[in-house]
Amino acid sequence: METPGTIWRKEGMKRLYTFLLIGLLILLVLPKFLSSYALGVFIMIFFYAYLGQSWNILTGYTGVISLGHSLYIGVGAYATTYLVMAFGLSPWIGMWIGGTCAALIGLVIGYLGFRFGMKGVYFVLLTIAFAEIGRLILLHLKVFGSFQGLFITPNFSYRNFQFKSNHAYYYIGLGYVIFSLIVVRLIERSKIGRYMVALREDEDAAESLGVNVFKYKMIAICISAFMTSLAGAFYANYLYYLHPGTLMSMAFSIEIILRPIIGGLGTVLGPIIGSFLITPLAELSRSYFAKAGYEGLHLVIYGFLLVAVVLFFPKGVVSYIKKLFMPAIAHPKKLRA
Amino acid sequence: MNLNLLFQLAVSGFLMGGVYSLIALGLSLIFGVLRVINFAHGEMMVWGMYIAYTVFLRTGIDPFFSFLISAAGLFVLGYLLQRTVVNRILDSPEAMQVLPLVGIAMVFENSARIIWGPDYISPQSRFSLSSLPIGNLMIDVPRLLAFCLAIIITFIVLFFLKKTDAGKSIRAAADNRTGALLVGKDINRIYAVCFGVGTACVGAAGGLLVPIMPLSPHIGAPFTMISFIIVILGGMGSLTGAMVGGFIVGIAESIGPELITGLFHGIGLGLDFPNTMKQVVSFFILIVIMIWRPQGLFGGKKG
Repeated sequence: METPGTIWRKEGMKRLYTFLLIGLLILLVLPKFLSSYALGVFIMIFFYAYLGQSWNILTGYTGVISLGHSLYIGVGAYATTYLVMAFGLSPWIGMWIGGTCAALIGLVIGYLGFRFGMKGVYFVLLTIAFAEIGRLILLHLKVFGSFQGLFITPNFSYRNFQFKSNHAYYYIGLGYVIFSLIVVRLIERSKIGRYMVALREDEDAAESLGVNVFKYKMIAICISAFMTSLAGAFYANYLYYLHPGTLMSMAFSIEIILRPIIGGLGTVLGPIIGSFLITPLAELSRSYFAKAGYEGLHLVIYGFLLVAVVLFFPKGVVSYIKKLFMPAIAHPKKLRA
Repeated sequence: MNLNLLFQLAVSGFLMGGVYSLIALGLSLIFGVLRVINFAHGEMMVWGMYIAYTVFLRTGIDPFFSFLISAAGLFVLGYLLQRTVVNRILDSPEAMQVLPLVGIAMVFENSARIIWGPDYISPQSRFSLSSLPIGNLMIDVPRLLAFCLAIIITFIVLFFLKKTDAGKSIRAAADNRTGALLVGKDINRIYAVCFGVGTACVGAAGGLLVPIMPLSPHIGAPFTMISFIIVILGGMGSLTGAMVGGFIVGIAESIGPELITGLFHGIGLGLDFPNTMKQVVSFFILIVIMIWRPQGLFGGKKG
């Protein structure tokens, strides 16, 4: 039945899709006009948008907070790199193996956490604990250069996921983002996604209606860990340097979660909008403050942002943007007219 | 395995455990009353360390006295933090309480880095490096002093909670918030004082740690984790649990690496378990306790 609500919604979605398509076209031709530095900023925007989106699947949709997602990207990066070092396996294949490892680790963490009914803070602690264990173990592995970190000598070719120009990374990054958009949109529209949202809103109510809470939380953490670790291959082959102290630190986990929180948790566009807003600021302020001798000031600002957003805009930027596209949903009163 | 070494490590871990207890006491107090996990706990301890260090640098007052200034400073900081931020998130879902406090932790950590620089500092106070031989054992004097002072402070805090009017109000608010409101207690003030006392504990502990370990802005997060582990081990909100848990974790961290290395060698594995991985021992304790007894050793049924 076509109620005014569904018509409004359809109209809004149509407008949104048109807008997204135009945005995508612009992004496709943009590199032609960008300097190398600006290209780098865009690559970081895509990178963090993708990571935020992967984290969003778990925390945004099921409401289970993870502060240990740096573990999964670390596993992805190190597994891919190890497979290159030991067997000469192309990162394009290795990343899926790394992803499987991360998904398995995610399942272990999920099993420990969800089976024993850990909620809220307890689960947060569990994820941090596992990330820290992973960081400490990798920090002591001689294969990966222990405390010095691992330098990767680039050998440019498509097979090796290593490219001379930033253009290739730009398009791969964009591909990552589109891939994550499609995955999250599919999840959101599927039954699984509906169940996840249901258990996020009220776990007991969902369970009493027959939703297998444990199962859907496990699915969410599995997909989330898998996708996060795919970015590890990108990280390793874009920066050519791996160190557990930066890649697997809690600070990196916070970098991951900041953008979706600011953009809007549990929405498809939130992480992407958040990344477009925050990453350029972060990149600029990082270099600016470092030059001025205030290294770390951008992290202070992150901290304040995190506090301010949760206190004053808990729904994120997306809720304001939604009003532009779907006035009916934002103002239900208009429907009656 | 060297038994004497193991015993030596156990004693040193036990002494450290006293300070851990004090840190965890603060966290447990805050959780017990406000039902909020202070994710910035370790970072606040670092601020306590830097305050004591700065006082030592400027006036030469030994950290074993100036920890009082750290405690007072952190009390004010905690009081203000509760009034401005924590009070607003008390009724939010648990998940949303985590993020602002993580944000505050970042602010503390990195502002310390901007103010005092990123390098490790180990100030040489009067007592550092001196040690006391007892039989086969060598006991670190700064550790022993820190231990004794930490225990004294712990008992003062417990006395404050049990005997004074303010302490009784805090316990009343922890038991029954509505009840405390009904009998005319200013609950916000109680909460702020309680948060302040909790952070003062960790500030004092920070001051006591200055002669024992080098300071750096980034050592806070591990301490936040350790104090969580202790509090979960002892039972959320249980003050006795926090104290006992502190000693258990202190000893386990100290002898764990040596024991595990011995175990690896014993079963024929050529692996070492370096001391830098001692945190893994406490994380392992955390995972075991979460699965085996999530309400903690001294926790009630509800955890």
